[in-house]
Amino acid sequence: MTLHTQTLAELRQLLDGGKVSSAELTEHFLERLARVGPELNALITLTADQARAQARAADRRRAAGEKGPLLGIPLIHKDIFCTEGVKTSCGSRMLDNFVSPYDATVVSRLKAAGAIMLGKSNMDEFAMGSSNETSFYGPVKNPWDLTRVPGGSSGGSAAAVAAGLCVYATGTDTGGSIRQPAALCGVTGFKPTYGRVSRYGMIAFASSLDQAGVFAHSAADVAQVLGVMAGFDERDSTSVDAPVPDYAAGLAAPLKGLTIGLLREFFDGLEPRNAALVQAGIDELRKLGATTREVSLPHLPLSVPTYYVVAPAECSSNLSRYDGVRFGHRCDNPKDLLDLYERSRGEGFGTEVKRRIMTGTYVLSAGYYDAYYLKAQQVRQLITDEFRRAFQSVDVLVGPTTPTPAFAIGAKVDDPITMYLNDIYTIGANLAGLPAISVPCGFVDDLPVGLQLVGPHFAEGRLLQAAHGFQQVTDWHRRRPPAYA
Amino acid sequence: MSLTRQDLDKIAHLARLQITAAESERYVSSLSSIVDFVAELGKVDTQGVAPMAHPLVGQVQRLREDAITETDQHERYQRNAPQVQAALYVVPRVIE
Repeated sequence: MTLHTQTLAELRQLLDGGKVSSAELTEHFLERLARVGPELNALITLTADQARAQARAADRRRAAGEKGPLLGIPLIHKDIFCTEGVKTSCGSRMLDNFVSPYDATVVSRLKAAGAIMLGKSNMDEFAMGSSNETSFYGPVKNPWDLTRVPGGSSGGSAAAVAAGLCVYATGTDTGGSIRQPAALCGVTGFKPTYGRVSRYGMIAFASSLDQAGVFAHSAADVAQVLGVMAGFDERDSTSVDAPVPDYAAGLAAPLKGLTIGLLREFFDGLEPRNAALVQAGIDELRKLGATTREVSLPHLPLSVPTYYVVAPAECSSNLSRYDGVRFGHRCDNPKDLLDLYERSRGEGFGTEVKRRIMTGTYVLSAGYYDAYYLKAQQVRQLITDEFRRAFQSVDVLVGPTTPTPAFAIGAKVDDPITMYLNDIYTIGANLAGLPAISVPCGFVDDLPVGLQLVGPHFAEGRLLQAAHGFQQVTDWHRRRPPAYA
Repeated sequence: MSLTRQDLDKIAHLARLQITAAESERYVSSLSSIVDFVAELGKVDTQGVAPMAHPLVGQVQRLREDAITETDQHERYQRNAPQVQAALYVVPRVIE
Protein backbone atom coordinates (compact mmCIF):
# COMPACT_ATOMS: atom_id res chain seq x y z
CA MET A 1 0.00 0.00 0.00
CA THR A 2 1.33 3.42 -0.93
CA LEU A 3 0.41 5.66 1.96
CA HIS A 4 1.22 8.88 0.12
CA THR A 5 -1.51 8.37 -2.49
CA GLN A 6 -4.34 7.87 0.00
CA THR A 7 -6.97 10.52 0.62
CA LEU A 8 -7.53 12.09 4.01
CA ALA A 9 -10.66 10.01 4.52
CA GLU A 10 -8.82 6.80 3.60
CA LEU A 11 -5.94 7.59 5.94
CA ARG A 12 -8.35 8.35 8.74
CA GLN A 13 -9.95 4.94 8.24
CA LEU A 14 -6.56 3.25 8.33
CA LEU A 15 -5.67 5.12 11.51
CA ASP A 16 -9.04 4.49 13.18
CA GLY A 17 -8.87 0.82 12.25
CA GLY A 18 -5.38 0.47 13.70
CA LYS A 19 -3.96 -0.56 10.30
CA VAL A 20 -1.31 2.13 10.57
CA SER A 21 -0.16 4.47 13.34
CA SER A 22 0.47 8.16 13.00
CA ALA A 23 4.10 7.45 13.89
CA GLU A 24 4.39 5.05 10.92
CA LEU A 25 2.58 7.44 8.60
CA THR A 26 4.86 10.27 9.66
CA GLU A 27 7.99 8.15 9.12
CA HIS A 28 6.74 7.28 5.64
CA PHE A 29 6.51 10.95 4.67
CA LEU A 30 9.78 11.88 6.42
CA GLU A 31 11.51 9.16 4.41
CA ARG A 32 10.05 10.55 1.17
CA LEU A 33 11.02 14.08 2.16
CA ALA A 34 14.60 12.97 2.81
CA ARG A 35 14.79 11.00 -0.44
CA VAL A 36 13.06 13.19 -3.02
CA GLY A 37 12.52 16.46 -1.14
CA PRO A 38 15.92 18.03 -1.88
CA GLU A 39 15.67 17.71 -5.68
CA LEU A 40 12.35 19.61 -5.61
CA ASN A 41 13.61 22.21 -3.09
CA ALA A 42 10.04 22.28 -1.78
CA LEU A 43 10.99 22.81 1.87
CA ILE A 44 12.86 25.57 3.67
CA THR A 45 12.77 23.84 7.05
CA LEU A 46 12.23 20.19 7.92
CA THR A 47 10.81 19.66 11.42
CA ALA A 48 11.35 15.91 11.75
CA ASP A 49 11.80 15.78 15.54
CA GLN A 50 8.71 17.87 16.27
CA ALA A 51 6.75 15.80 13.74
CA ARG A 52 7.72 12.55 15.47
CA ALA A 53 6.74 13.97 18.87
CA GLN A 54 3.40 15.21 17.48
CA ALA A 55 2.78 11.81 15.89
CA ARG A 56 3.34 10.00 19.19
CA ALA A 57 0.96 12.45 20.88
CA ALA A 58 -1.65 11.90 18.14
CA ASP A 59 -1.38 8.13 18.56
CA ARG A 60 -1.98 8.54 22.30
CA ARG A 61 -5.01 10.75 21.64
CA ARG A 62 -6.46 8.20 19.22
CA ALA A 63 -5.77 5.36 21.67
CA ALA A 64 -7.73 7.35 24.26
CA GLY A 65 -10.72 7.29 21.94
CA GLU A 66 -10.42 10.68 20.25
CA LYS A 67 -11.60 10.92 16.65
CA GLY A 68 -10.98 13.68 14.16
CA PRO A 69 -10.54 14.09 10.42
CA LEU A 70 -7.00 15.47 10.72
CA LEU A 71 -5.77 13.72 13.88
CA GLY A 72 -2.34 12.19 13.25
CA ILE A 73 -2.17 13.15 9.56
CA PRO A 74 0.92 14.99 8.24
CA LEU A 75 0.88 18.40 6.57
CA ILE A 76 3.33 21.08 5.49
CA HIS A 77 2.86 24.76 6.32
CA LYS A 78 3.83 27.52 3.93
CA ASP A 79 6.73 29.37 5.53
CA ILE A 80 4.59 32.52 5.72
CA PHE A 81 2.77 31.16 8.81
CA CYS A 82 4.41 31.84 12.14
CA THR A 83 5.28 28.62 13.97
CA GLU A 84 6.37 28.86 17.59
CA GLY A 85 9.98 27.88 18.13
CA VAL A 86 10.52 27.16 14.42
CA LYS A 87 12.26 29.34 11.85
CA THR A 88 9.70 31.38 9.88
CA SER A 89 11.52 32.98 6.95
CA CYS A 90 8.78 33.98 4.48
CA GLY A 91 11.29 33.00 1.79
CA SER A 92 13.44 36.03 2.62
CA ARG A 93 16.97 36.70 3.76
CA MET A 94 15.34 39.38 5.94
CA LEU A 95 13.80 36.67 8.15
CA ASP A 96 16.42 33.95 7.65
CA ASN A 97 17.28 34.28 11.37
CA PHE A 98 13.70 34.69 12.65
CA VAL A 99 12.33 32.07 15.06
CA SER A 100 8.70 32.87 15.70
CA PRO A 101 7.74 33.35 19.36
CA TYR A 102 4.12 32.35 18.64
CA ASP A 103 1.84 30.31 16.38
CA ALA A 104 -0.40 31.75 13.67
CA THR A 105 -4.08 31.00 14.28
CA VAL A 106 -4.08 28.66 11.26
CA VAL A 107 -1.19 26.76 12.83
CA SER A 108 -2.68 26.59 16.33
CA ARG A 109 -6.08 25.45 15.02
CA LEU A 110 -4.53 22.64 12.98
CA LYS A 111 -2.21 21.73 15.86
CA ALA A 112 -5.20 21.46 18.20
CA ALA A 113 -6.88 19.15 15.66
CA GLY A 114 -3.84 16.86 15.90
CA ALA A 115 -2.24 17.66 12.54
CA ILE A 116 1.44 16.68 12.24
CA MET A 117 3.73 19.42 10.87
CA LEU A 118 6.51 17.90 8.74
CA GLY A 119 8.08 21.22 7.81
CA LYS A 120 7.79 24.66 6.26
CA SER A 121 7.49 25.05 2.51
CA ASN A 122 9.50 27.18 0.13
CA MET A 123 7.78 30.20 -1.39
CA ASP A 124 8.35 33.38 -3.32
CA GLU A 125 9.92 36.01 -1.06
CA PHE A 126 7.15 37.58 1.08
CA ALA A 127 4.69 35.83 -1.30
CA MET A 128 5.64 38.20 -4.12
CA GLY A 129 5.98 36.13 -7.25
CA SER A 130 4.22 33.72 -9.58
CA SER A 131 7.00 31.19 -10.15
CA ASN A 132 8.73 30.62 -6.80
CA GLU A 133 11.88 32.08 -8.35
CA THR A 134 12.05 35.08 -6.00
CA SER A 135 12.73 32.86 -2.95
CA PHE A 136 16.00 33.52 -1.09
CA TYR A 137 16.28 29.72 -0.90
CA GLY A 138 16.16 29.13 -4.66
CA PRO A 139 13.35 28.03 -6.95
CA VAL A 140 11.11 25.04 -6.27
CA LYS A 141 10.96 22.53 -9.15
CA ASN A 142 7.72 21.34 -10.69
CA PRO A 143 7.34 17.58 -9.97
CA TRP A 144 5.87 17.06 -13.47
CA ASP A 145 9.00 18.49 -15.10
CA LEU A 146 12.00 19.55 -13.04
CA THR A 147 13.00 22.20 -15.59
CA ARG A 148 9.74 24.07 -15.02
CA VAL A 149 8.37 26.34 -12.31
CA PRO A 150 5.72 25.10 -9.84
CA GLY A 151 3.98 28.48 -9.90
CA GLY A 152 3.88 30.81 -6.94
CA SER A 153 3.91 32.16 -4.49
CA SER A 154 2.94 28.97 -2.60
CA GLY A 155 5.05 26.85 -4.97
CA GLY A 156 6.62 24.64 -2.30
CA SER A 157 3.25 23.66 -0.84
CA ALA A 158 1.82 22.85 -4.29
CA ALA A 159 4.87 20.81 -5.34
CA ALA A 160 4.95 18.95 -2.00
CA VAL A 161 1.32 17.85 -2.30
CA ALA A 162 1.76 16.93 -5.99
CA ALA A 163 4.85 14.82 -5.23
CA GLY A 164 3.23 13.06 -2.26
CA LEU A 165 5.54 14.60 0.35
CA CYS A 166 2.57 15.37 2.62
CA VAL A 167 -1.18 14.76 2.57
CA TYR A 168 -2.15 18.42 2.37
CA ALA A 169 -0.50 21.81 2.76
CA THR A 170 -1.40 25.35 3.71
CA GLY A 171 -0.92 28.32 1.42
CA THR A 172 -1.88 31.94 1.04
CA ASP A 173 -3.46 33.67 -1.92
CA THR A 174 -3.09 37.42 -2.48
CA GLY A 175 -3.41 37.45 -6.28
CA GLY A 176 -3.55 33.76 -7.18
CA SER A 177 -0.78 32.33 -5.00
CA ILE A 178 -2.77 29.17 -4.15
CA ARG A 179 -4.79 28.63 -7.34
CA GLN A 180 -2.00 29.31 -9.87
CA PRO A 181 0.55 26.85 -8.36
CA ALA A 182 -2.27 24.33 -7.77
CA ALA A 183 -3.07 24.49 -11.50
CA LEU A 184 0.59 24.24 -12.54
CA CYS A 185 1.26 21.27 -10.21
CA GLY A 186 -1.99 19.38 -10.86
CA VAL A 187 -3.51 19.60 -7.38
CA THR A 188 -6.66 21.12 -5.90
CA GLY A 189 -6.14 24.59 -4.41
CA PHE A 190 -8.70 26.61 -2.51
CA LYS A 191 -8.81 30.30 -1.58
CA PRO A 192 -11.69 31.10 0.78
CA THR A 193 -13.64 34.36 1.08
CA TYR A 194 -11.60 37.28 2.44
CA GLY A 195 -11.88 37.13 6.24
CA ARG A 196 -13.03 33.49 6.39
CA VAL A 197 -9.67 32.23 7.71
CA SER A 198 -7.69 34.24 10.26
CA ARG A 199 -4.70 36.26 9.08
CA TYR A 200 -3.23 36.39 12.60
CA GLY A 201 0.38 35.24 12.46
CA MET A 202 0.35 35.08 8.67
CA ILE A 203 3.13 37.41 7.57
CA ALA A 204 1.44 40.35 5.87
CA PHE A 205 1.93 41.21 2.19
CA ALA A 206 -1.24 43.10 1.11
CA SER A 207 -3.66 43.02 4.02
CA SER A 208 -6.88 43.76 2.07
CA LEU A 209 -6.16 40.86 -0.32
CA ASP A 210 -4.30 38.21 1.74
CA GLN A 211 -6.24 35.05 2.54
CA ALA A 212 -5.10 31.63 3.77
CA GLY A 213 -6.20 28.42 2.10
CA VAL A 214 -5.43 24.79 1.34
CA PHE A 215 -3.73 22.48 -1.18
CA ALA A 216 -4.88 18.87 -1.32
CA HIS A 217 -5.60 16.15 -3.86
CA SER A 218 -9.35 16.65 -3.89
CA ALA A 219 -12.16 19.01 -2.98
CA ALA A 220 -13.29 16.44 -0.40
CA ASP A 221 -9.91 16.68 1.36
CA VAL A 222 -9.98 20.48 1.15
CA ALA A 223 -13.42 20.48 2.79
CA GLN A 224 -12.07 18.57 5.80
CA VAL A 225 -9.12 20.92 6.29
CA LEU A 226 -11.05 24.14 5.66
CA GLY A 227 -13.60 23.13 8.28
CA VAL A 228 -10.81 23.23 10.87
CA MET A 229 -8.99 26.33 9.57
CA ALA A 230 -11.99 28.60 9.05
CA GLY A 231 -13.78 30.67 11.65
CA PHE A 232 -13.81 33.90 13.58
CA ASP A 233 -10.65 35.07 15.33
CA GLU A 234 -10.73 38.19 17.46
CA ARG A 235 -6.99 38.65 16.86
CA ASP A 236 -7.60 39.43 13.17
CA SER A 237 -9.39 42.76 12.80
CA THR A 238 -10.97 41.76 9.47
CA SER A 239 -11.93 38.23 10.49
CA VAL A 240 -15.59 37.55 9.72
CA ASP A 241 -17.81 36.57 12.61
CA ALA A 242 -20.07 34.10 10.81
CA PRO A 243 -20.78 30.41 11.47
CA VAL A 244 -18.71 27.86 9.53
CA PRO A 245 -20.90 25.30 7.77
CA ASP A 246 -19.98 21.61 7.74
CA TYR A 247 -18.30 21.68 4.32
CA ALA A 248 -17.61 17.93 4.26
CA ALA A 249 -21.23 17.03 5.03
CA GLY A 250 -22.49 19.24 2.19
CA LEU A 251 -20.23 17.84 -0.53
CA ALA A 252 -22.59 15.28 -1.99
CA ALA A 253 -25.41 17.70 -2.90
CA PRO A 254 -26.34 17.28 -6.59
CA LEU A 255 -25.35 19.91 -9.13
CA LYS A 256 -28.68 19.84 -10.90
CA GLY A 257 -30.00 23.37 -11.21
CA LEU A 258 -26.60 25.00 -10.72
CA THR A 259 -26.15 27.96 -13.06
CA ILE A 260 -22.62 28.40 -14.31
CA GLY A 261 -21.43 31.71 -15.70
CA LEU A 262 -18.91 31.57 -18.52
CA LEU A 263 -16.95 34.74 -18.23
CA ARG A 264 -16.16 36.09 -21.66
CA GLU A 265 -13.08 37.92 -20.37
CA PHE A 266 -11.69 34.66 -18.94
CA PHE A 267 -11.21 33.22 -22.40
CA ASP A 268 -9.30 36.14 -23.93
CA GLY A 269 -5.63 35.36 -24.42
CA LEU A 270 -6.05 31.74 -23.39
CA GLU A 271 -3.86 29.16 -25.11
CA PRO A 272 -6.13 27.12 -27.47
CA ARG A 273 -5.21 23.74 -25.99
CA ASN A 274 -5.87 25.05 -22.46
CA ALA A 275 -9.17 26.47 -23.68
CA ALA A 276 -10.21 23.06 -25.05
CA LEU A 277 -9.58 21.41 -21.67
CA VAL A 278 -11.48 24.12 -19.82
CA GLN A 279 -14.35 23.68 -22.28
CA ALA A 280 -14.31 19.91 -21.72
CA GLY A 281 -14.45 20.54 -17.96
CA ILE A 282 -17.47 22.80 -18.39
CA ASP A 283 -19.13 20.07 -20.47
CA GLU A 284 -18.66 17.62 -17.58
CA LEU A 285 -20.42 20.06 -15.25
CA ARG A 286 -23.25 20.37 -17.78
CA LYS A 287 -23.63 16.57 -17.87
CA LEU A 288 -24.06 16.70 -14.09
CA GLY A 289 -27.09 18.94 -14.54
CA ALA A 290 -25.59 22.41 -14.46
CA THR A 291 -26.74 24.98 -16.98
CA THR A 292 -24.48 27.62 -18.47
CA ARG A 293 -24.87 31.20 -19.58
CA GLU A 294 -22.37 33.68 -20.85
CA VAL A 295 -21.61 36.73 -18.72
CA SER A 296 -19.29 39.68 -19.14
CA LEU A 297 -17.38 41.80 -16.63
CA PRO A 298 -16.12 44.65 -18.81
CA HIS A 299 -13.71 46.04 -16.21
CA LEU A 300 -12.15 42.67 -15.34
CA PRO A 301 -9.24 43.05 -17.80
CA LEU A 302 -8.15 45.97 -15.61
CA SER A 303 -7.69 43.72 -12.61
CA VAL A 304 -3.94 43.24 -13.15
CA PRO A 305 -3.09 46.99 -13.31
CA THR A 306 -5.46 47.60 -10.38
CA TYR A 307 -3.71 44.90 -8.37
CA TYR A 308 -0.25 46.29 -9.22
CA VAL A 309 -1.22 49.56 -7.57
CA VAL A 310 -3.13 48.25 -4.54
CA ALA A 311 -0.88 45.31 -3.63
CA PRO A 312 2.47 47.18 -3.83
CA ALA A 313 0.94 50.11 -1.90
CA GLU A 314 -0.07 47.81 0.94
CA CYS A 315 3.23 45.93 0.72
CA SER A 316 5.31 49.09 1.03
CA SER A 317 3.41 49.95 4.19
CA ASN A 318 3.45 46.43 5.68
CA LEU A 319 7.13 45.85 4.99
CA SER A 320 8.18 49.12 6.62
CA ARG A 321 8.30 47.13 9.88
CA TYR A 322 11.53 45.45 8.77
CA ASP A 323 13.95 48.04 10.05
CA GLY A 324 16.88 46.02 11.38
CA VAL A 325 16.06 47.03 14.96
CA ARG A 326 13.65 44.60 16.60
CA PHE A 327 13.98 41.43 14.52
CA GLY A 328 15.19 40.30 11.14
CA HIS A 329 18.35 41.08 9.24
CA ARG A 330 20.67 43.86 10.46
CA CYS A 331 23.62 45.10 8.39
CA ASP A 332 27.14 45.03 9.85
CA ASN A 333 28.61 48.18 11.45
CA PRO A 334 25.91 50.75 10.66
CA LYS A 335 27.36 54.25 10.79
CA ASP A 336 24.09 55.92 11.77
CA LEU A 337 20.37 55.15 12.01
CA LEU A 338 19.63 55.94 8.36
CA ASP A 339 22.49 53.70 7.25
CA LEU A 340 21.12 50.96 9.53
CA TYR A 341 17.67 51.17 7.89
CA GLU A 342 18.84 51.51 4.31
CA ARG A 343 21.51 48.84 4.31
CA SER A 344 19.55 46.32 6.45
CA ARG A 345 16.60 46.63 4.06
CA GLY A 346 18.76 46.82 0.93
CA GLU A 347 20.58 43.61 1.91
CA GLY A 348 17.63 41.79 3.48
CA PHE A 349 15.13 42.14 0.63
CA GLY A 350 15.51 40.58 -2.82
CA THR A 351 15.06 42.20 -6.22
CA GLU A 352 11.31 41.67 -6.64
CA VAL A 353 10.39 42.68 -3.09
CA LYS A 354 12.37 45.91 -3.48
CA ARG A 355 10.64 46.54 -6.80
CA ARG A 356 7.22 46.16 -5.17
CA ILE A 357 8.13 48.32 -2.17
CA MET A 358 9.32 51.07 -4.52
CA THR A 359 6.24 50.75 -6.77
CA GLY A 360 4.09 51.10 -3.67
CA THR A 361 6.11 54.00 -2.34
CA TYR A 362 5.74 55.76 -5.67
CA VAL A 363 1.96 55.31 -6.01
CA LEU A 364 1.42 56.50 -2.44
CA SER A 365 3.77 59.47 -2.63
CA ALA A 366 2.60 63.08 -2.51
CA GLY A 367 1.16 64.16 -5.86
CA TYR A 368 0.53 60.61 -7.11
CA TYR A 369 -1.81 59.20 -4.46
CA ASP A 370 -5.03 60.34 -6.15
CA ALA A 371 -3.94 59.44 -9.67
CA TYR A 372 -2.85 55.91 -8.79
CA TYR A 373 -3.95 54.61 -5.41
CA LEU A 374 -7.36 56.27 -5.16
CA LYS A 375 -8.06 55.57 -8.82
CA ALA A 376 -7.16 51.90 -8.38
CA GLN A 377 -9.47 51.59 -5.36
CA GLN A 378 -12.27 53.06 -7.50
CA VAL A 379 -11.65 50.61 -10.34
CA ARG A 380 -11.48 47.85 -7.74
CA GLN A 381 -14.97 48.90 -6.62
CA LEU A 382 -16.20 48.77 -10.24
CA ILE A 383 -14.81 45.24 -10.68
CA THR A 384 -16.35 44.14 -7.37
CA ASP A 385 -19.74 45.59 -8.38
CA GLU A 386 -19.57 43.72 -11.70
CA PHE A 387 -18.92 40.44 -9.89
CA ARG A 388 -21.88 41.13 -7.59
CA ARG A 389 -24.16 41.77 -10.57
CA ALA A 390 -22.94 38.60 -12.29
CA PHE A 391 -23.78 36.54 -9.20
CA GLN A 392 -27.37 37.78 -9.39
CA SER A 393 -27.85 35.57 -12.45
CA VAL A 394 -25.31 32.77 -11.94
CA ASP A 395 -24.21 30.61 -8.99
CA VAL A 396 -20.56 30.20 -9.91
CA LEU A 397 -18.22 31.52 -12.57
CA VAL A 398 -16.07 28.97 -14.36
CA GLY A 399 -12.96 29.44 -16.47
CA PRO A 400 -9.26 28.72 -16.65
CA THR A 401 -6.91 29.25 -13.70
CA THR A 402 -3.89 30.26 -15.80
CA PRO A 403 -3.27 31.27 -19.44
CA THR A 404 -0.68 28.50 -20.00
CA PRO A 405 0.72 25.41 -18.24
CA ALA A 406 3.98 25.62 -16.23
CA PHE A 407 6.73 27.58 -17.99
CA ALA A 408 10.47 27.01 -17.89
CA ILE A 409 12.51 28.17 -14.89
CA GLY A 410 14.16 31.45 -15.91
CA ALA A 411 11.81 32.13 -18.84
CA LYS A 412 10.11 35.20 -17.38
CA VAL A 413 12.42 36.48 -14.65
CA ASP A 414 13.66 39.48 -16.62
CA ASP A 415 10.25 40.85 -17.50
CA PRO A 416 8.05 41.71 -14.50
CA ILE A 417 4.95 42.61 -16.56
CA THR A 418 4.94 39.25 -18.39
CA MET A 419 5.33 37.54 -15.00
CA TYR A 420 2.48 39.60 -13.50
CA LEU A 421 0.15 38.59 -16.35
CA ASN A 422 0.28 34.94 -15.18
CA ASP A 423 -2.29 35.95 -12.60
CA ILE A 424 -4.70 37.56 -15.06
CA TYR A 425 -7.52 35.08 -14.31
CA THR A 426 -6.95 34.80 -10.57
CA ILE A 427 -6.52 38.41 -9.37
CA GLY A 428 -10.18 39.40 -9.82
CA ALA A 429 -11.31 37.11 -6.98
CA ASN A 430 -8.78 38.72 -4.63
CA LEU A 431 -9.79 42.28 -5.50
CA ALA A 432 -13.43 41.41 -4.77
CA GLY A 433 -12.65 39.14 -1.77
CA LEU A 434 -14.35 36.13 -3.40
CA PRO A 435 -13.77 32.43 -2.74
CA ALA A 436 -12.28 30.43 -5.63
CA ILE A 437 -10.91 26.97 -6.31
CA SER A 438 -8.64 25.43 -8.94
CA VAL A 439 -9.08 21.76 -9.86
CA PRO A 440 -7.04 19.69 -12.33
CA CYS A 441 -8.85 19.33 -15.69
CA GLY A 442 -6.34 17.72 -18.04
CA PHE A 443 -2.87 17.93 -19.52
CA VAL A 444 -1.08 19.85 -22.27
CA ASP A 445 2.25 18.26 -23.24
CA ASP A 446 2.14 16.17 -20.03
CA LEU A 447 1.75 19.32 -17.91
CA PRO A 448 -1.34 19.82 -15.74
CA VAL A 449 -4.00 22.43 -16.48
CA GLY A 450 -6.42 23.91 -13.94
CA LEU A 451 -10.13 24.73 -14.08
CA GLN A 452 -11.14 27.64 -11.86
CA LEU A 453 -14.47 28.14 -10.13
CA VAL A 454 -15.27 31.46 -8.45
CA GLY A 455 -18.25 32.00 -6.16
CA PRO A 456 -19.96 34.83 -4.31
CA HIS A 457 -18.85 35.74 -0.78
CA PHE A 458 -19.15 32.80 1.66
CA ALA A 459 -20.11 30.32 -1.09
CA GLU A 460 -17.25 28.01 -0.04
CA GLY A 461 -19.68 25.11 0.32
CA ARG A 462 -21.14 25.59 -3.15
CA LEU A 463 -17.69 25.73 -4.77
CA LEU A 464 -16.56 22.59 -2.95
CA GLN A 465 -19.77 20.79 -4.02
CA ALA A 466 -19.22 21.72 -7.67
CA ALA A 467 -15.54 20.75 -7.54
CA HIS A 468 -16.37 17.49 -5.74
CA GLY A 469 -19.08 16.68 -8.30
CA PHE A 470 -16.55 17.27 -11.07
CA GLN A 471 -14.02 15.02 -9.34
CA GLN A 472 -16.60 12.23 -8.99
CA VAL A 473 -16.80 11.94 -12.80
CA THR A 474 -13.20 12.77 -13.74
CA ASP A 475 -9.88 11.36 -12.58
CA TRP A 476 -7.47 14.19 -13.41
CA HIS A 477 -7.02 14.84 -9.69
CA ARG A 478 -5.83 11.26 -9.18
CA ARG A 479 -2.97 11.53 -11.66
CA ARG A 480 0.45 11.74 -10.04
CA PRO A 481 3.73 12.92 -11.52
CA PRO A 482 5.30 9.66 -12.85
CA ALA A 483 8.57 10.19 -10.98
CA TYR A 484 6.74 10.55 -7.64
CA ALA A 485 3.84 8.11 -7.99
CA MET B 1 5.79 58.26 -18.73
CA SER B 2 9.35 57.37 -17.84
CA LEU B 3 11.03 57.65 -14.47
CA THR B 4 14.50 59.14 -14.24
CA ARG B 5 17.44 58.02 -12.20
CA GLN B 6 16.72 60.95 -9.84
CA ASP B 7 13.10 59.82 -9.39
CA LEU B 8 14.29 56.31 -8.59
CA ASP B 9 16.86 57.50 -6.06
CA LYS B 10 14.21 59.60 -4.36
CA ILE B 11 11.77 56.67 -4.17
CA ALA B 12 14.51 54.38 -2.82
CA HIS B 13 15.34 56.95 -0.16
CA LEU B 14 11.66 57.37 0.84
CA ALA B 15 11.44 53.57 1.13
CA ARG B 16 14.73 53.45 3.11
CA LEU B 17 16.29 51.01 0.65
CA GLN B 18 19.93 51.08 -0.31
CA ILE B 19 20.12 50.42 -4.04
CA THR B 20 23.41 49.92 -5.88
CA ALA B 21 24.14 51.86 -9.07
CA ALA B 22 23.69 48.74 -11.19
CA GLU B 23 20.37 47.91 -9.51
CA SER B 24 19.25 51.50 -9.96
CA GLU B 25 19.62 51.29 -13.76
CA ARG B 26 17.47 48.16 -13.91
CA TYR B 27 14.83 49.54 -11.56
CA VAL B 28 14.49 52.76 -13.60
CA SER B 29 13.53 50.64 -16.57
CA SER B 30 11.26 48.09 -14.82
CA LEU B 31 9.49 50.66 -12.61
CA SER B 32 8.87 52.85 -15.66
CA SER B 33 7.21 49.96 -17.45
CA ILE B 34 5.08 49.17 -14.38
CA VAL B 35 4.03 52.82 -14.05
CA ASP B 36 3.10 52.85 -17.76
CA PHE B 37 1.21 49.59 -17.32
CA VAL B 38 -0.91 50.85 -14.42
CA ALA B 39 -1.45 54.24 -16.11
CA GLU B 40 -4.16 52.46 -18.13
CA LEU B 41 -6.40 52.95 -15.09
CA GLY B 42 -6.40 56.68 -15.81
CA LYS B 43 -8.63 56.08 -18.85
CA VAL B 44 -11.46 54.60 -16.77
CA ASP B 45 -14.42 56.83 -15.97
CA THR B 46 -14.73 56.59 -12.18
CA GLN B 47 -16.87 59.70 -11.69
CA GLY B 48 -18.91 59.24 -8.52
CA VAL B 49 -17.39 55.85 -7.60
CA ALA B 50 -16.36 55.67 -3.95
CA PRO B 51 -12.89 54.14 -3.51
CA MET B 52 -13.25 50.65 -2.11
CA ALA B 53 -12.56 50.52 1.61
CA HIS B 54 -13.29 46.87 2.39
CA PRO B 55 -13.76 43.75 0.23
CA LEU B 56 -16.97 42.75 2.03
CA VAL B 57 -20.09 44.89 1.77
CA GLY B 58 -20.98 46.71 4.95
CA GLN B 59 -18.02 45.36 6.91
CA VAL B 60 -16.23 47.82 9.12
CA GLN B 61 -13.19 47.46 11.27
CA ARG B 62 -14.19 46.05 14.65
CA LEU B 63 -13.47 47.95 17.83
CA ARG B 64 -12.69 46.35 21.16
CA GLU B 65 -12.72 47.41 24.76
CA ASP B 66 -9.73 49.53 25.70
CA ALA B 67 -8.49 46.90 28.10
CA ILE B 68 -5.01 45.49 28.67
CA THR B 69 -4.84 42.07 27.01
CA GLU B 70 -1.10 41.68 26.46
CA THR B 71 1.23 40.40 29.13
CA ASP B 72 4.89 41.41 29.41
CA GLN B 73 6.84 38.97 27.25
CA HIS B 74 9.71 41.19 26.20
CA GLU B 75 12.39 38.60 26.93
CA ARG B 76 10.73 36.16 24.58
CA TYR B 77 10.22 38.71 21.84
CA GLN B 78 13.68 40.20 22.18
CA ARG B 79 15.32 36.84 21.51
CA ASN B 80 14.93 37.74 17.82
CA ALA B 81 16.48 41.19 18.22
CA PRO B 82 19.90 41.85 16.68
CA GLN B 83 21.14 43.81 19.73
CA VAL B 84 19.56 44.26 23.15
CA GLN B 85 20.92 45.85 26.30
CA ALA B 86 19.03 46.17 29.60
CA ALA B 87 15.83 45.13 27.79
CA LEU B 88 16.28 47.95 25.30
CA TYR B 89 16.85 47.67 21.55
CA VAL B 90 20.25 49.10 20.68
CA VAL B 91 20.64 51.36 17.62
CA PRO B 92 23.45 53.66 16.49
CA ARG B 93 23.67 56.95 18.38
CA VAL B 94 20.88 59.29 17.28
CA ILE B 95 21.47 62.33 19.52
CA GLU B 96 25.00 63.73 19.74
